[in-house]
Amino acid sequence: MPIVDVKTEITGNIWKIEAAPGDVLEEGDTIMVMESMKMEIPVSAPERGTLREVLFPEGATVTEGTVVARLEA
Amino acid sequence: MEKLLIANRGEIGRRIIRSARALGIRTVALYSEADAGLAHVEEADEAVAIGPAPARESYLDVDRVLDAARQTGADAVHPGYGFLSENADFAERVIAAGLTWVGPAPETIRAMGDKARARTLAEAAGVPVVPGSGRIPPGSVMDVEAEAARIGYPLLVKASAGGGGIGMRRVDGPAQLAATVAATQSMAGKAFGDGTVFLERFVPRARHIEIQVFGLGEAGAVHLRERDCSLQRRFQKVIEESPAPGLPEGVRQRMAEAALALCRHTAYRGAGTIEFIVDAVSFDFYFLEMNTRIQVEHPVTEMVTGRDLVAMQLRFAADTLGRVEQDAIRFSGHAIECRLYAESPERNFLPSPGTLTRFRPPPVGPDLRLDAAYREGETVTPFYDPMIAKLIAHGATREQACNRAIDALRQFEIDGIRTNRDFLIACLENPGFRAGDIYTGFIEDNRATLLHYA
Repeated sequence: MPIVDVKTEITGNIWKIEAAPGDVLEEGDTIMVMESMKMEIPVSAPERGTLREVLFPEGATVTEGTVVARLEA
Repeated sequence: MEKLLIANRGEIGRRIIRSARALGIRTVALYSEADAGLAHVEEADEAVAIGPAPARESYLDVDRVLDAARQTGADAVHPGYGFLSENADFAERVIAAGLTWVGPAPETIRAMGDKARARTLAEAAGVPVVPGSGRIPPGSVMDVEAEAARIGYPLLVKASAGGGGIGMRRVDGPAQLAATVAATQSMAGKAFGDGTVFLERFVPRARHIEIQVFGLGEAGAVHLRERDCSLQRRFQKVIEESPAPGLPEGVRQRMAEAALALCRHTAYRGAGTIEFIVDAVSFDFYFLEMNTRIQVEHPVTEMVTGRDLVAMQLRFAADTLGRVEQDAIRFSGHAIECRLYAESPERNFLPSPGTLTRFRPPPVGPDLRLDAAYREGETVTPFYDPMIAKLIAHGATREQACNRAIDALRQFEIDGIRTNRDFLIACLENPGFRAGDIYTGFIEDNRATLLHYA
């Protein structure tokens, strides 16, 4: 089973984590919601798979391109 | 008024400091942990740290803001725009603390902040509002077809509990009406737990035109003409100008009179803006809302009137403004403001925070103004809004103002973050824009052309 890195496409703060390790996600399901410059931007599963880990807690600041979660496709 | 606390940050913080200083008023800035050392902090006479980066723990924390006022001995508070500027409870607390509030009466802020009450006030003042129906709950006995005929087609069926474009369906004629009302009620019931809908006239090609007013309470009000803010993306303004291109003089006058009627009706005090939706074809106009504060785009009005709106606010609050006669407000030429955002237009305008490794604005002068939040080397953090600067150009004609803005944007050296600089140039050079053919859907409809413009 390949491990897929999930990256954030913006620099911002992790506002809400909406999925937990072990959850089976469909492509496009929201893993977390980022907050940047008064906008909420979801980070979603790039493909179907099981969420293995979320690498940052809520409130963390991450930069564009950072791997924020891993998925087992 | 001797010492003014500015409950804000960024470019508007700096802007208020300039006018206060010119009037001999000392200033107190606030800053969150993310904003230490920024220009609005250094330029004030004093500055107070008020908490962590997230706005709700700093700039939006009423107790901390009032503590800062107490601690520094400030005797007045200017809220700027955004943050606490339209928070009636905050205004009340400022006044209760014995400080001068630079803004309208708290009850006016509260009334205008409630869409339904604002609409009722506008109607009572004789200001046209978008024609609409009353509430239509599922199973209502209202004669929906008669209501629709009164409102006129095309119209929108809107869910009462919806918002931001969700739960909204367009109807072009009576044939689809009953089915659309039923379908929207059913959808709204499932989505919002409330199936109530209402009908509202749909303006297919709408412009957003607002009137700048200055209310003198019981002594009446003056207007400082209109600003056209039709160019928007994601409901945020991008380019604003005054006068509104192609607006017939009679319509301009009727809009200004309607705005003044609303001010008189509420004995409005200080700077305010009345926003209208204007049909781009028929020029019918309808009240949208009233903003009870200084607006981001106020420099456009300052460039065509030569008035300093912030100084007027401060002097009115301090009771030293005196009379302002409508006839004494003169208008000259055309002004256009471009909002420079830290964002990526090609990625659906996603925010792009980061460090401004290069930030070299063009030289400013009487016909070119720059209100910037940041300086070279400073970091645009993700905590606040993405606007990094406003560039305002003036000219004898719209053509000249546009050309000056384009030249200035081309000379503006920015690096380290993505910005909408090139997108602004593409808008200003677009033939439709140049012809004055602007409406709120302009950016969406021309997106491909604007993005691939080089």
